[in-house]
Amino acid sequence: MTQYEPVIGLEVHVELNTKSKMFCRCSADYFGKEPNTHTCPVCLGLPGALPYINEEAINKCLQIGLALNCSISEKSLFERKNYFYPDLPKGYQISQYRWPLCINGHIEVEDENGNALMIRINRAHQEEDTGKLTHIGRETLIDFNRSGIPLVEIVTEPDFHSTAQVKDYAKKLQQLFRYLGVSNADMERGDMRLEANVSVGKSNGHPKGVARSLPNYRVELKNINSFRFMVAAIEYEIKRQIIALERGEKLTQETRGWDEDKKCTYLQRSKEEAHDYRYFPEPDLPELILSKEKIQKLKDSLPKLPVERAQQLIEMGIPKNIAFASVVTVQRADYIQRAIEYSKARGVDMVGIVNYIINRNIYARGVPPEQAVSDYQTQTTNIISDQGELEKLAKQAIKENPRAVEDYKQSLLSSGDESKAGNPNAIQVLIGAMMKKTSGKADASKLQGILKLLLEK
Amino acid sequence: MKLTEEQVKHVAKLANLPLTSEEEEKYSEQLSKILDYIEQLNSVDTKDVEPTFNVSGQSNVMSEDTTVPSLSQEDALLNASKKEKGFFVTKGVFEEE
Repeated sequence: MTQYEPVIGLEVHVELNTKSKMFCRCSADYFGKEPNTHTCPVCLGLPGALPYINEEAINKCLQIGLALNCSISEKSLFERKNYFYPDLPKGYQISQYRWPLCINGHIEVEDENGNALMIRINRAHQEEDTGKLTHIGRETLIDFNRSGIPLVEIVTEPDFHSTAQVKDYAKKLQQLFRYLGVSNADMERGDMRLEANVSVGKSNGHPKGVARSLPNYRVELKNINSFRFMVAAIEYEIKRQIIALERGEKLTQETRGWDEDKKCTYLQRSKEEAHDYRYFPEPDLPELILSKEKIQKLKDSLPKLPVERAQQLIEMGIPKNIAFASVVTVQRADYIQRAIEYSKARGVDMVGIVNYIINRNIYARGVPPEQAVSDYQTQTTNIISDQGELEKLAKQAIKENPRAVEDYKQSLLSSGDESKAGNPNAIQVLIGAMMKKTSGKADASKLQGILKLLLEK
Repeated sequence: MKLTEEQVKHVAKLANLPLTSEEEEKYSEQLSKILDYIEQLNSVDTKDVEPTFNVSGQSNVMSEDTTVPSLSQEDALLNASKKEKGFFVTKGVFEEE
């Protein structure tokens, strides 16, 4: 039997979270607002209205491109994509075609077995969103609040071969958008939308991942507004196409949607009706020239991305799966980082604390990281709380850290008031020293009391 | 250069213009003449000339990400031939187009 291999390319649209729209100053905070209350002549496509580029949106598009390892074009232009549809009041969408902002990037994804695969990014370009249509009976209602919201389209090469890879890609992109802070990337709200190009090719004799000739058709899966449905549609499409090829049918280029009730894809548009967009440069918008300095500045301002943060944890000896689970969101990664730093200062096992936080889902419980470290210590160590033993430790610390002791005494003297506390940092240094010595097993609060007594004698 | 009837029909469809067969004939002739006129430009040697996309000579004209008040819903819908509950209304469109 012939072996078939799916060939899948993805287009992801993501709405940027700027304050204002892409080409006018209407508020971009449109979700759930009264219809047609966030519009102006520009985003309603009224005659004579002139667009203006939102610089913040351009910067966010560039950040996405840089995070996806793209080259940034020195010169970039907007073009008009012409077609008629009620959600597009101007009769064209301002988009990019021949001069996109970002080209030729890549991102690594994993399949269900954890095998890595490099996905090539063809482009990440800037465009504007369309209005929202609601179909009711024989009529269609239009809300233009969404018209002109900055949208970035990210197009991959047809490098995916399974839905597991597609899932991982979508998850990683969403994570990236959130790390960069450029979009909420909420699929249910439509902040992030997915389109797939699916075909199947004979894979006989080709080792996986080796470039081969692509099938001479592709089926576009569009207007599918849930991630789960998209995966179902791709899986259905792969089966449908293999069956058709086995029967000797010839497949052609077409656009299909997903019928959730019948659990199947259905034809929306065949090749003969394919759009002819007649792109041409937008005469109302001057070109963008991006200097190397500006690009470098943006590059330098990128936050640490999940892969990099996970890598740091792995280098500390944290297992790969725990490391990646630790950096799922910026907030969680920051939490873990705080816990690590707190542990480090106290000589607590850093690998242990990360494992503890992830495995017991401590982060989700709203426990402060410092508390988590203390809890972990209590649970995992035999705390030294014996008065005599602690005193011995305290005396040793005082002997070995004359500078901290001096600092503490100085601060007491300068305050001139014995009831006031001495420099708390100096005490912390001493506690830290003993924690290290005891692998974090000393009772920190008791120690503090003993140290104060000894130092203030 | 003579445009075929098919080409005129295609262009009319893309421009969303319903043409009668007389109009198709008429525009076929007119459009062909326009193309002939443009064709003359091809006789100019532009080998060493950079394409011009914008005559303003400007670049990087951008604005800050700040908002200004939008039109009221009433004003936005002022020219709509049909409206309902704050929406523009058009005859039904379906994904099949």
